[in-house]
Amino acid sequence: MPLHIVVLAKQVTDSEAPASAYSVDATGKRVVLQGSVPFIVNGFDENAVEAALRIKDAAPDRRITVVSAGTEFALDVVKKPVAMGAEALVLLQDGAFQNTIDPLFTVRALAAAIHKLGQVDLVLAGRQASDWDNSQVPLGVAETLGWPVIHVTQRVDVSGATVRAHRVLPDGHEVVEAPLPAVVTVSNELGSPRYPNMRGIMASKRVQPTVWTAADLGVSRPAPALELAAAALPKRTVETELIKGDDDADAGRKLAMRLREARLL
Amino acid sequence: MTDSNAQGVLVVGEIEHGAPSAATLELLAAGRALLRKLPGEHLSAVLAGERAADAAARAIAAGVDIVYTIEADADVASHPDALVAAGLEAAKAASPRIVLGPRTVLGREVLPRLAFRLGTALAQDCTALDLDDQRRLTVTRPIYGGAIQATVTCLSTPSVAAVRPKAYDAEVADSGRAGTVVPLTLDLASTVRARLVERVTRPVEGKRLEDARVIVSGGRGLGGPEPFKKLEELAGLLHGTVGASRAAVDAGWVPAAMQVGLTGKTVTPDVYIAVGISGASQHMAGCGSAKTIVAINKDPNATIFKHAHYGVAGDWQKVLPAFMDQLHELLR
Ligand SMILES: Cc1cc2nc3c(=O)[nH]c(=O)nc-3n(C[C@H](O)[C@H](O)[C@H](O)COP(=O)(O)OP(=O)(O)OC[C@H]3O[C@@H](n4cnc5c(N)ncnc54)[C@H](O)[C@@H]3O)c2cc1C
Repeated sequence: MPLHIVVLAKQVTDSEAPASAYSVDATGKRVVLQGSVPFIVNGFDENAVEAALRIKDAAPDRRITVVSAGTEFALDVVKKPVAMGAEALVLLQDGAFQNTIDPLFTVRALAAAIHKLGQVDLVLAGRQASDWDNSQVPLGVAETLGWPVIHVTQRVDVSGATVRAHRVLPDGHEVVEAPLPAVVTVSNELGSPRYPNMRGIMASKRVQPTVWTAADLGVSRPAPALELAAAALPKRTVETELIKGDDDADAGRKLAMRLREARLL
Repeated sequence: MTDSNAQGVLVVGEIEHGAPSAATLELLAAGRALLRKLPGEHLSAVLAGERAADAAARAIAAGVDIVYTIEADADVASHPDALVAAGLEAAKAASPRIVLGPRTVLGREVLPRLAFRLGTALAQDCTALDLDDQRRLTVTRPIYGGAIQATVTCLSTPSVAAVRPKAYDAEVADSGRAGTVVPLTLDLASTVRARLVERVTRPVEGKRLEDARVIVSGGRGLGGPEPFKKLEELAGLLHGTVGASRAAVDAGWVPAAMQVGLTGKTVTPDVYIAVGISGASQHMAGCGSAKTIVAINKDPNATIFKHAHYGVAGDWQKVLPAFMDQLHELLR
């Protein structure tokens, strides 16, 4: 059987939304995004899709299935990985799959979905999602399935029954090998994800997502591990001293004098 | 998983040159601070690797009551798989109420996995820890890249938390303290499934970002790799070093090792000069603790001006050369 890769991809609110778009509702426990902040595929998950596509580029009979869990989806958003070149999309869609800070139910559902998909050789996912920055769902999936894992990588290759990945270090990388099936998480150091081309976009329009509910997966909610007790905008106490001048160059000179005067430089 | 006999705090530590790493020592202090609200309970730690016994003695001096040691080659212990197994073995022996570890390169993989093995999930990237009136671990942590500050309650026993390095100060060691060393027998090499083949590191030129007193960072606003030479020159003048935003790294202008931020380096210089950086919360997550932040950005409404102590709203191509000329003069 040709290699089957599953990419875990989460729909999140655009991480480029300015800090001013964020607020907290009256309960003090819910984060609200004001204005028209669009949904996107989590950035690191797009890097994971790119990693999967590069593995497929090396042998085109390899298959890629994208799996996403949530309560509601913007189809044009979650279809982007398909437009980039993945074959299939599975949505774990259920009112029960609330996006909370507690990853346990998501982990359980994703692991069950991978099981239900049958032969899966490699699971790729972004190193973390830009909403909770929890960086644990793929690791939890690996632990649930009992598969080895390589976390935060910048290159992923498959040969035979082995995955070889470059794990990012602060001053370089480690080459790590694990037997398949395995879970590998991907970081932005891998390089930019490709843009969907016209053919990909047209093909993605024809792909109908498979939708599975919690009941389809036979999963129930585990006892909660974490609860968001309060959310708040961080306090800023900084008074900015804006240095002005006759022109930009003058302002630059005055900045140097000011910082010197304050004994900072 | 709940265990009413659970007691105390277990720190999953790391060994560096036969001693607990700096981040581990910080967590021992964090553990002791929690124990002030848990009278009669113990601080334990697990240290796996080369010269674990030496490291254990240092850990006891730093306030640990019971150290679980596992002797292993440093290369074996550098595998996350090995540290997960070591943490699990120690958790079995200690049945802790709370498990803590540093969110280091190793810890960022080990702690979530350990939490799942213990049947729970991790409180990630904590900057402060406390116990609520029901003695549940409550943590402070950034979410949405730092745009929101969250308080999270841990509902399980044990509760597991990964703490951001430098969030706590290590305590002064007291070599007169007494503690117990419990060697665990566990063949760590046999737990490794994701196997290290090769480590490829580039020596850092000049000062490490983490140690620099002055950092000059460049972002997308620099427009290309060339202007980073200018930043090098400025950093040289100030005996500092150069950093970057992720946008500059993603564009391929500078190596990833220079990235400051949530998924890059956490830096705490005296002076952080941000040039052509917008001040996204994910960037500020890595440099927000700098004593003084200076921003040069042509957009007067850029978010960076909400963080900066001093700023010039102008084009760096004009501001920077004049700034540097003036500095040359002042520092002569
Ligand atoms: C999960 C996650 C993790 C992340 N981790 C990090 C991280 O670790 N570090 C990080 O930096 N980012 C991180 N990011 C990305 C972050 O959200 C921003 O996209 C990034 O910091 C933007 O970089 P920038 O400020 O250089 O670019 P931009 O936001 O594009 O800002 C460029 C700035 O340059 C100014 N400018 C342009 N021309 C000039 C000129 N001639 N003179 C003066 N100013 C000029 C502009 O006004 C603008 O403010 C992360 C994002 C996510 C989702």
